[in-house]
Amino acid sequence: MTVFQPSDATQAAQVIAWAAAESQSLEIMGGGSKRALGRPPRADHTLDLGALSGIVDYDPAELVLTARAATPMAEIEAQLEAHRQMLAFEPPDWRGVLPSGRRPTLGGVIACNLSGPRRVRAGAARDHFLGFAAVNGWGDGWKAGGKVVKNVTGYDMCKLQAGAYGTLSVMTEVTVRVLPRPETTCTLILRGLSEEAAVAAMAAALNSPHEVSAAAHLPAAVAARSGLADLAGAQIAITALRLEGPGPSVEFRAGVLGGLLGETMRLGPSDTERFWTGIGAVQPFAEHADRALWRVCPTPSAAPAVVRRVQADLGSTEAFYDWGGGLVWLSVEGGADCGAALVRAAVAEARGHATLIRAPEPVRAAVPVFEPLNGPLAALSRRVKAGFDPKGILNPGRMEEGV
Amino acid sequence: MLRMPLPDQAVLARRAEIVAALRRIVPDEGVIDAELERRAYECDGLTAYRTLPMVVVLPDTTEQIVRILRYCRANGVKVVPRGAGTSLSGGALPLEDGVLLGLGKFQRILEIDVPNRCVVAQPGVTNLGITHAVQDQGFYYAPDPSSQIACTIGGNVAENSGGVHCLKYGLTTNNVIGIEMVTMDGDIVRLGGKHFDPNGYDLLGVMVGSEGLLGVVTEVTVRILPKPPGARALLLGFPTTEGAGDTVAAIIGAGIIPGGMEMMDRLAVQAAEAFVHAGYPLDAEALLIVELDGCEAEVDHLVSAVEDIAARHGAATCRASRSEEERLLFWAGRKAAFPAVGRLAPDYYCMDGTIPRKRLGEVLVRMKQMEGQYGLRVANVFHAGDGNLHPLILYDANMPGELERAEEFGNDILRLCVEVGGVLTGEHGVGVEKRDLMGTMFNEADLNQQLRLKCAFDPDGLLNPGKVFPQLCRCAELGRVHVHAGQVRFPDLPRF
Repeated sequence: MTVFQPSDATQAAQVIAWAAAESQSLEIMGGGSKRALGRPPRADHTLDLGALSGIVDYDPAELVLTARAATPMAEIEAQLEAHRQMLAFEPPDWRGVLPSGRRPTLGGVIACNLSGPRRVRAGAARDHFLGFAAVNGWGDGWKAGGKVVKNVTGYDMCKLQAGAYGTLSVMTEVTVRVLPRPETTCTLILRGLSEEAAVAAMAAALNSPHEVSAAAHLPAAVAARSGLADLAGAQIAITALRLEGPGPSVEFRAGVLGGLLGETMRLGPSDTERFWTGIGAVQPFAEHADRALWRVCPTPSAAPAVVRRVQADLGSTEAFYDWGGGLVWLSVEGGADCGAALVRAAVAEARGHATLIRAPEPVRAAVPVFEPLNGPLAALSRRVKAGFDPKGILNPGRMEEGV
Repeated sequence: MLRMPLPDQAVLARRAEIVAALRRIVPDEGVIDAELERRAYECDGLTAYRTLPMVVVLPDTTEQIVRILRYCRANGVKVVPRGAGTSLSGGALPLEDGVLLGLGKFQRILEIDVPNRCVVAQPGVTNLGITHAVQDQGFYYAPDPSSQIACTIGGNVAENSGGVHCLKYGLTTNNVIGIEMVTMDGDIVRLGGKHFDPNGYDLLGVMVGSEGLLGVVTEVTVRILPKPPGARALLLGFPTTEGAGDTVAAIIGAGIIPGGMEMMDRLAVQAAEAFVHAGYPLDAEALLIVELDGCEAEVDHLVSAVEDIAARHGAATCRASRSEEERLLFWAGRKAAFPAVGRLAPDYYCMDGTIPRKRLGEVLVRMKQMEGQYGLRVANVFHAGDGNLHPLILYDANMPGELERAEEFGNDILRLCVEVGGVLTGEHGVGVEKRDLMGTMFNEADLNQQLRLKCAFDPDGLLNPGKVFPQLCRCAELGRVHVHAGQVRFPDLPRF
């Protein structure tokens, strides 16, 4: 077991070429903050890309930023903040639920296609990923995409690379689209809605022309852990809708939408930021590390039915909703299969998928962490994998056995 | 001149047998055999290239597509999928020894799901058809390629089509959430759906923009958006291109992402004004149209912000639309720019490179120099917000050598785009048009990796061969593991 620490992309390619020649597998690591995400890797060695760090090019007026893959998110965000810009997909910080003492990197966020509350309006990490340089499982460096915001030259390899968890190629440099930060923001709070009524209200808000940029629902027990003092003791469900934009616009839209939906409270900019950062970070479920965490992406309107069905059999299950119901976080009692069979059955009915984000390593090794693929799609995915990494040396088994 | 792969004589010799087999799958007039009728399919929107397809088949069920592809795979017959045939890059150019698979009969909208903000449509539904189906309920489908009245959603998926609003609302890839497709093996595969984020590898993401090389799309689920309550457009005329370019940068620098931001050069402005009389300033070297959408409070706020920015950067003309009619009039010239420029010469050739916006001035100067060198004029229309250039090269196909000169000029423009850090195509696709330029942007390792992806979907290279890639697939060779134990040195670098 060797930990390789290449100092640049060329050295990273050398390590991979050697590993391919010797059939040695590699765990791919950027900052190392998400090593507990996915199936536990069973690799012969670790490829630690930590030294591939630093912003290569950032021109705010071009709305494009290029950085080495393991550049810490904190560095990226500080630079963007200085120019009043942002990654519009609002990368979430999961260190609260996946404690590691390590720093998330831009490459890691993209490799896992992680998006926060604004995903419902602005798209996912993959939608803002413009180009990259990488090394495939032969040890060959290659690149795709570009450094401009509009490009259809060749297959859109960025989409494939985002969310592949380092199993197709090892990214060494990435280019992302950045956008201006909104001038101001506020959050409308509706109180006391049932989960069905809340999902309907969120759909109405997202379907309105008022450009809602995030929509979440916290049932009463979870709302108490939202991190907002005013809500902590209330023991009442809250539905939160975020508005962003120029001051006069936010003011106007908040008035109309609040009137329409029966707003009972409004959060200003700093509470808004704290609240939504907490939602992205799964903060209500950060405590109780012994409980398993499922991240479910159902058809949004079917989200409450998924939760009911799991709760019917696992009474202690807690849930909260983001993305207007398109994302459901389930906190279930640990042990056995952490509710895998139940969750998968409920999700199958609602059309969507579920990922086991937090669970003891033996459980993540024993039950599929990602929604299992079947039939021709599974075969196609394996052929795709073989086209990038025929010997299966890159993050073997991270997504599923053989992929 | 473009060369397509040589037709397979063995396949051509079996033409009658292949037509008969297709007739057993798709009855009656669904198989087009007569030469005169096949002529209708000999080209797409890139009309300089024409090839008579071996046979045209127009299935109307997914099951028929499954059987067609299974037959073609088993018999080594090439297949070219086609939507409405509006591609500007020759993506649907037929093959002499290939089946042209038309999706035109798949014209139904299958479901409008308002709570989940999506529409499920068959691939032959037009882009505008989707908006028409949902506009009564206050929604629209955002990507709006200029061919939207005719182009199909299936074709949009193949080409990852854009439009004038994609800086703010994204391209097709950002607005398609699910597809059903048939692989060259004849397997039906569903990717995505009404839910967020892919499960497993994002194969939907690579299918969008794959130009018909990876599979045949049989159903599309798109995101629909609530229609913005209002929009106003600004018409800004500048005495210099730099002033216009700096204004674009300053608008974005001020944190404003307009719904649309278009630039036209002097020649394009003059042609458009003569054609539609939109009131464009004829003395301007560059004209900007900036559209701001949203609620009234936001639009008015942003209009005055943009007016200030334009004034600071030397705008000589600054008019904000006061009514919906006036807004549409401002756009009328831009929307008619291609046909308007078409009146200046018998033919024009539309290019589609993207550049970093800050290099615009330099690119325009170099293009002027090339005009002299090639003896051809260029009018420029430019999606200014995202750096997507549409130079229109004016020529006369009846003058011997002019088409070739126009193409060589176009190739030089695209090489220039890549040289300044841009790309070959922003929204029209590679097709056959830019195929042979792929090497200016990608090296062999880059292209080999793309070809290996193709091999995973279509190992025999039967789907739309001769498009996008300058060389055909050699899947066996590409898949070979070319490294051997003991021959690669243990990497000499820090380790623990």
